[in-house]
Amino acid sequence: MYEKHLMICGATGCLSSGSAKVHQALVEELAKHKLEKKCRLVMTGCPGFCEVGPIIVIYPDEVFYCRLKPQDIPELVEKHLLGGEIVERLLYKGPDVDAPARFYDTIPFYRKQKFNVLRNSGIIDPENIDEYIMRGGYRALSRALKMEPMEIIDEVKRSGLRGRGGAGFPTGLKWEFTYKAVGDKKYVVCNADEGDPGAFMDRSILEGDPHAVLEGMLIAARAIGSDEGYIYCRAEYPLAIKRLKTAIAQAEEYGFVGENILGYGFNFKFNIKEGAGAFVCGEETALLASIEGKRGMPRPRPPFPATSGLWGKPTVINNVETYANIPLILREGGLEEFVKIGTEGSKGTKVFALAGKIRNTGLCEVPMGITLREIIFDIGGGIKGGREFKAVQAGGPSGGCIPAEKLDLPVDYDSLTQAGAIMGSGGLVVMDDRTCMVDLARYFLSFTQKESCGKCIPCREGTKRMLEILERITEGLGKPDDLDRLQELASTIKDSALCGLGQTCPNPVLSTIRYFRHEYEEHINEKFCRSGVCKSLFDYFIDPELCNGCTRCARICPVGAISGERKETHVIDPEICTRCGSCVERCRQEAIKVTRVRREADVNH
Amino acid sequence: MSSEGATLIQQPEIDLNEVDALLKPYLGKKGMAIPVLQKLQERYGYLPRPALEYAAAQLKIPLSRLYGVATFYAQFKMQPRGRYIIRVCKGTACHIQGSPKVAERIEEILGIKVGETTPDLKFTLEEVACIGACALAPVMMINDEPHGRLTPDRIKEILDSYE
Repeated sequence: MYEKHLMICGATGCLSSGSAKVHQALVEELAKHKLEKKCRLVMTGCPGFCEVGPIIVIYPDEVFYCRLKPQDIPELVEKHLLGGEIVERLLYKGPDVDAPARFYDTIPFYRKQKFNVLRNSGIIDPENIDEYIMRGGYRALSRALKMEPMEIIDEVKRSGLRGRGGAGFPTGLKWEFTYKAVGDKKYVVCNADEGDPGAFMDRSILEGDPHAVLEGMLIAARAIGSDEGYIYCRAEYPLAIKRLKTAIAQAEEYGFVGENILGYGFNFKFNIKEGAGAFVCGEETALLASIEGKRGMPRPRPPFPATSGLWGKPTVINNVETYANIPLILREGGLEEFVKIGTEGSKGTKVFALAGKIRNTGLCEVPMGITLREIIFDIGGGIKGGREFKAVQAGGPSGGCIPAEKLDLPVDYDSLTQAGAIMGSGGLVVMDDRTCMVDLARYFLSFTQKESCGKCIPCREGTKRMLEILERITEGLGKPDDLDRLQELASTIKDSALCGLGQTCPNPVLSTIRYFRHEYEEHINEKFCRSGVCKSLFDYFIDPELCNGCTRCARICPVGAISGERKETHVIDPEICTRCGSCVERCRQEAIKVTRVRREADVNH
Repeated sequence: MSSEGATLIQQPEIDLNEVDALLKPYLGKKGMAIPVLQKLQERYGYLPRPALEYAAAQLKIPLSRLYGVATFYAQFKMQPRGRYIIRVCKGTACHIQGSPKVAERIEEILGIKVGETTPDLKFTLEEVACIGACALAPVMMINDEPHGRLTPDRIKEILDSYE
């Protein structure tokens, strides 16, 4: 009989901050004190708060320890596990709490969250089906098996669930089309090709609660009359793939997958396909082509996959988070609970990945309708280093930037679209005054340009031309009519590209021009990048008022551009400086500032 | 997509019997081109031309089509690669937190550009769209080991730690 359960986060975020070594130290320490029989050590999925990883939560005491290092473990075991005493030193501390916080509900990061899809993540052992079942798992499936297909579809329609992968198409409607389509074979496909840079919620769901996705797919299969499904997952997510395989094997053993499921004469089998590194495969027709073993190129729609999908058969294709919502809706009384959360047009919750210049990076799940301000400042803890908020990028390469004046916008599909962004898959990348919006637009376009499959001309050639203009502007060679040309190209690509990738790729450019036009104009007309990013458009200088002559900057400079005696003001030689920014990171006084480039023309005047 | 050219140079000999054994589980099923390529790349670190030719024949598809699939996806490489694959994340969060500077520093130290391999076949430098560890940006992976919260001045020490 275990007395304590130690849930250590084994998701990619915490692994990157060293949770494997912490886990190893715990194994050794537990063995040393002969506690293996009393304390159960579980590698869980992501509890969300990547910023403070590695994380361990100890149950039943419900104590949340964070920022752990292997050398903290002997003290943790001795004091907490043997002595029954909380190790205050290892609790969550931050400017947003008065005293060290003990658990989820006392940590501000968690206070405004609503756990639906992430209900099990970080709580259960994702490699143990019993724990999923104990938390109500597969109950929705057994209820759905007793229902008629249209009854299932009706409940999904009434829930108002919309696709969580990007465009927000009503899920129930999609299922209905596929159900009504004629075909001797139908497929259920899960899009786990989470390619948006800055988004990692699908990975966390798959790593933390894989059975929820399987159950959602099984219910979809029952509703549309399918007996085979594919999960298309990025090869960059090896842990997610491993956990899915384990989950499928366990579900087979328990009779939830395979022949004559739970005795209802329903058969279903899963296949896992690993993506091979092509962003466009997140587009549904390209994804289907890739499963078929072809180049992942999209094709025109209609016909939609609902009538002609995988190998020409009716196919329902949804994203990971969408499927993970299904068991919540279909379980007894679930529909009523589900529709209570969210707004009129956007029901339920949404998982967001918080990243960029935000204090609390990580994963959060919030009710639809919450404001961006609440997400960024209450949950996210505001901007790193107390700097100034400039914009938040929502929806990745298909989305847009939202400026400070729109922070009180409620987060739902329609408001975000109106503001020039999209819900997308849910990546939120926060930017401060050191992010250049022109460079950001260039960055996204260089991404989509590289990922363009080359099939249609507007995307293949149009993105190239747009990228050339943006590169010119960031190099200081912008021309006055560049903005008009960019906007013209953007609207043409939006109207004429073949697939979602092409149609949405001008969004980052359009939204930055809409809200940050002055930055573009400054780059073009004044040859100045105020954020200190575009290297030929600024100089660094050391503010003599702030410099205390500590020599840190001079010592880090890789090209020896900084001179000055100890305790005297230092000076940067702009002729030698490569604008690598190492000194800016290094300076504790924030004395190194961005200034306009001194040109010969200015000197002569 | 993939910018690698069609020239295949100086590739070591491979044993086709081994390729044959690797292919066995995939034959006779539909949609197996990508899994086969993944298996070959897992074994050799790249796609040797003789293995591609053999696989195309076994899968009963033209070599041109298999080659077309292989060059479409970023994962597949046509040239031998280093023992250590450095993947610098180019995701949005990493970009705005300075991943271009990290990549530049690696290029300087190793004397190679992104997409290239050091002559001693020790390191290959690549970029990846996002590895999903945005919370620790900027991030790079060296083989399966992630390194987070990078700054240009930490790079040398990290690279030196690989034998």
